[in-house]
Amino acid sequence: MDHRNRRLDIVLGIGIAAFLLVPWYRIEGGFLGFGWFSGFPSEASVTPGILQILEYGRWWLTIPALIMAAAVAARFLRDPMQRGAVLAAAGAAGVLFLTLQGLAIGFSGWSWTISETLFGALADGQPSMGAGAVLSAVAFVLIFSFGLAERGVMKGDAFVVASIAMLVFLVAIFVFYPVGSMLVGAFQDFDGSFNPDGFTRNIQDNSIWSLGCVVGGERCGVAWRTLWLALMTAGGSTIMGLAFALVATRTRFPFKKGLRLLTVLPIITPPFVIGLALTLLFGRAGVITEWMSSLFGIEPGRWLYGLTGIWIAQVLSFTPISFLVLIGVVEGVSPSMEEASQTLRADRWRTFWRVSLPLMKPGIANAFLIGFIESMADFGNPLVLGGSHGVLSTEIFFAVVGSQNDPSRAAVLAIILLCFTLTAFLAQRYWLSGKNFATVTGKGDSGAHIALPRPVSIAVHAMVIPWMVFTIVIYGMILFGGFVKTWGLDNSLTLDHYARAFSVEMRDGALAWTGVAWNSFWTTIEIALISAPLTAAVGLLTAYLIVRQKFAGRNVFEFALMMSFAIPGTVIGISYIMAFNLPPLEMTGTALILIACFVFRNMPVGVRGGVAAMSQLDKSLDEASLTLRATSFRTIRKVILPLLRPAITAALVYSFVRAITSISAVIFLVSAEYNMATSYIVGLVENGEYGVAIAYSSMLIVVMIVVIAGFQLLVGERRLRRENRVAGVTTTPSLTLGQEKTA
Amino acid sequence: MITPRSGSVVFQNIKKQFGAFTAIHDLSLTIEPGQLVTLLGPSGCGKTTTLRMLAGLEHPSSGKILIGGKDVTMLPANERDVSMVFQSYALFPHMSSLDNVAYGLESSGLKKKEAREKAEEGLKLVGLAGMGGRLPAELSGGQQQRVAVARALVLEPQVLLLDEPLSNLDARLRRQVRTEIRELQQRLGFTAVYVTHDQDEALAVSDRIVIMKDGVIAQEGSPRDLYEAPASAFIADFMGEANVVSCDVISVDGADATIRIAGLEHRVPSRNAKPGPAKLAVRPNSITLEPASGAAYPGQITHAAYLGDHVEYEVETSTGRLFVVDPAVERALAPATEVAIGFKGRGIAIING
Repeated sequence: MDHRNRRLDIVLGIGIAAFLLVPWYRIEGGFLGFGWFSGFPSEASVTPGILQILEYGRWWLTIPALIMAAAVAARFLRDPMQRGAVLAAAGAAGVLFLTLQGLAIGFSGWSWTISETLFGALADGQPSMGAGAVLSAVAFVLIFSFGLAERGVMKGDAFVVASIAMLVFLVAIFVFYPVGSMLVGAFQDFDGSFNPDGFTRNIQDNSIWSLGCVVGGERCGVAWRTLWLALMTAGGSTIMGLAFALVATRTRFPFKKGLRLLTVLPIITPPFVIGLALTLLFGRAGVITEWMSSLFGIEPGRWLYGLTGIWIAQVLSFTPISFLVLIGVVEGVSPSMEEASQTLRADRWRTFWRVSLPLMKPGIANAFLIGFIESMADFGNPLVLGGSHGVLSTEIFFAVVGSQNDPSRAAVLAIILLCFTLTAFLAQRYWLSGKNFATVTGKGDSGAHIALPRPVSIAVHAMVIPWMVFTIVIYGMILFGGFVKTWGLDNSLTLDHYARAFSVEMRDGALAWTGVAWNSFWTTIEIALISAPLTAAVGLLTAYLIVRQKFAGRNVFEFALMMSFAIPGTVIGISYIMAFNLPPLEMTGTALILIACFVFRNMPVGVRGGVAAMSQLDKSLDEASLTLRATSFRTIRKVILPLLRPAITAALVYSFVRAITSISAVIFLVSAEYNMATSYIVGLVENGEYGVAIAYSSMLIVVMIVVIAGFQLLVGERRLRRENRVAGVTTTPSLTLGQEKTA
Repeated sequence: MITPRSGSVVFQNIKKQFGAFTAIHDLSLTIEPGQLVTLLGPSGCGKTTTLRMLAGLEHPSSGKILIGGKDVTMLPANERDVSMVFQSYALFPHMSSLDNVAYGLESSGLKKKEAREKAEEGLKLVGLAGMGGRLPAELSGGQQQRVAVARALVLEPQVLLLDEPLSNLDARLRRQVRTEIRELQQRLGFTAVYVTHDQDEALAVSDRIVIMKDGVIAQEGSPRDLYEAPASAFIADFMGEANVVSCDVISVDGADATIRIAGLEHRVPSRNAKPGPAKLAVRPNSITLEPASGAAYPGQITHAAYLGDHVEYEVETSTGRLFVVDPAVERALAPATEVAIGFKGRGIAIING
């Protein structure tokens, strides 16, 4: 009972402090600025919950205060079952009520007419939730969990119950609440009142659904164009990926190491960079365009700006991802199957078409669906290359930032995009689940993969070699482009762009970061550094709960978490600004919203990696630790984490790098104070400052290569030391990384 | 000094369900302090679930568990005064054996130095003094097993739980280690609950054996009771193979009963039998075979296997097929030989089911 009381006392203390000691509502200048200290506790804007009730007529706050008091009283109950029941009930009621009052009472009074008619009009509304409200909500969640734990839920393990409750709480706030707000937003007017006109107008909009291109004549609607592009990109990148995978595993191609390097590219390349490089090659002033025009007199065209250009850029961007998925599949086909086929008098051709390829089919379908989701979610390339022929993700963006500023249209477009990606996600999950033939058993599976039939071998080489050259040229352009004065007009070499972006001066004996890029660069690094460990922690904790704990609704829990991954970044971005711009939670323009966005978007990769690594750890290790008097928290810290080092590193690197390279959600969430590198670069591109943009991009790529190489070095060392201690724990981090990249 | 305490264990009407499947039906069991009790049964009988409920790794669906007189039903594993030796040993691969043994002590709040001293003592107790610096992967299977025992014992639990502790050892080592465990248990006098599916192991180490089948206790008693007086055909067969033969109980007089099989009468321990038809469990080595034709209880050998120190026969008789173990290897009988069946004075028990 001792430590049960102790942990409960701490939480109750936090709960009481939330009402007495910190400002209840949001502070305009930021809580951590501590500017509120001077006015505390008397000024209305910074006063704690208790004074809000007594002095400022916010009577509805009495209810959570009373619930908190009930929880404090319950602490002194004798019967543990009874005490647990009261605590759980109080916690649940507290969370529910706080949510309800936050949603129901806005700046100027009731948000809903139904409550106004029920309770009468309010004299005054309330600002957004601040430290006090958030702390008390957290305290209620913990009280609820401790209550359940005392009643023996999850074998009485308070840490596990609290973790599950907190994760559900956070995912509800940062994934479901925004997406829900966006759905609601589709039916709302600017002032928040219910108005289905916008929805009905937009959902029937001809520019979305027109099938003009099929019947001849006009262009097709943006939804169909996006779908068509996604199917083409998925097809293209899957075929290329398969060709690469076959070359890497079944031929004597001399540059296999180089092929493997390709897999790192999508992780470190900011998503719009390929598009940028393509414009340098094939744009109106591109090298090849000019060359063609001077040699053959071909008129420079604008063919690149549109679906064709986006398609090329996307296939270039996503082929490495599909390669990464498919190389596992191709390697996973058991050689003994192929050998069996050969002993059954099948030649190489027949073996490939009748045995190897059918065994790879589910993997190929998986790669196709991943390519499809990637293409749908891609924002950077269409932004750079789309011109007036946008796709859904860019249309969403322009619906908000452009001159039209039509949130309802943005919401409708986002819903359509979400439907597409979720369909693909569900297909991937249910249709493909359990259809994996690529088996890597623990048994020694001797034998070698047979070589490809000659025609296939020629075909894949014919695809891979030009593509590799093309990729090298593209990346060469990226690195080289930053040193050219004005692309296409004045090709003399210069360091000006780098100087403009990254100059450093000594002024008055102090270092001055005078380059234009430094501001966004340091913000990016700072936010990436904050969000990476959080992402890894949340991801691995979730993995632990999914693999190691059995609880009701575990599958739903896992599904909901993984689903947040299929939500395209643009959708997340638009839903975040719709949800977090007004009370009860106001976070737009802060670093917090960027961090929250990164944590909940990148967490599923940590979950995947953690689940894979943790399922290979014998469960009896945890149990042994528990029977040795360790709490599950200590078990995680002392036993599980040390054994999961590679997975942790992978999750850290991935979330760090992703925070640097992602653009789609970020572009909605940045502010003047917190500008990120990618959105800054996009701004440069829009202003036509290609040189600086390219210079900045290559700088980012170099930084990320250094970071990844550094981590890889650390992990590699680890692996050597613990080679034969836990058989099979060593998962290849890059594999888990790449499979899940969505822009 | 490591002095494990000896607590009693009481299961009261324990029931455990996993979804729709009931693993344990209404189990009640009392374990006296200082005893080594074995839970024995085929796989899926619920013995491991019972042990895990005692450890706190599973919680019962209903019922109560008491350890040392204290109700621990709702306590999580880390708050119970028991410790466990796992089938896989579950040694933490990233810690040295000394750190492994000290782990539980540090979890219980001991200072690092004290914990290490006590852990050293624990390693000495199992004969691994000076091996503390080795990683589990650098120890042999038997040594890993001993580290696991030391790790559990240094916590001085009221009850030590052992989950098939010998199953990862080779046959030769198994005999030695089980002797060591029993010797340690008797020297330190702690209460132990031991799970196994191997009846030889159970017979060798236990004070009492609890045989479980399909989530219920089939029979409970001393090793001798169970072997010599099995309550059912299942137990007779599980505790070393047995032939189950129909018979008639003719008369009961005190401790002995007279029974008739195939027209021949025998005297066996009565065990509360009543006159009338009954079943008889006969150990394979309690049957004698004499080459003869036209005997009162005739049989014909259908299969014979020479196994070095004994011969195994299958014999077709009027009361069904019998499995016989005969030590007389020098006169191995060929299949198709006609034999006369006889019974030795022991290894025969009337069973009630």
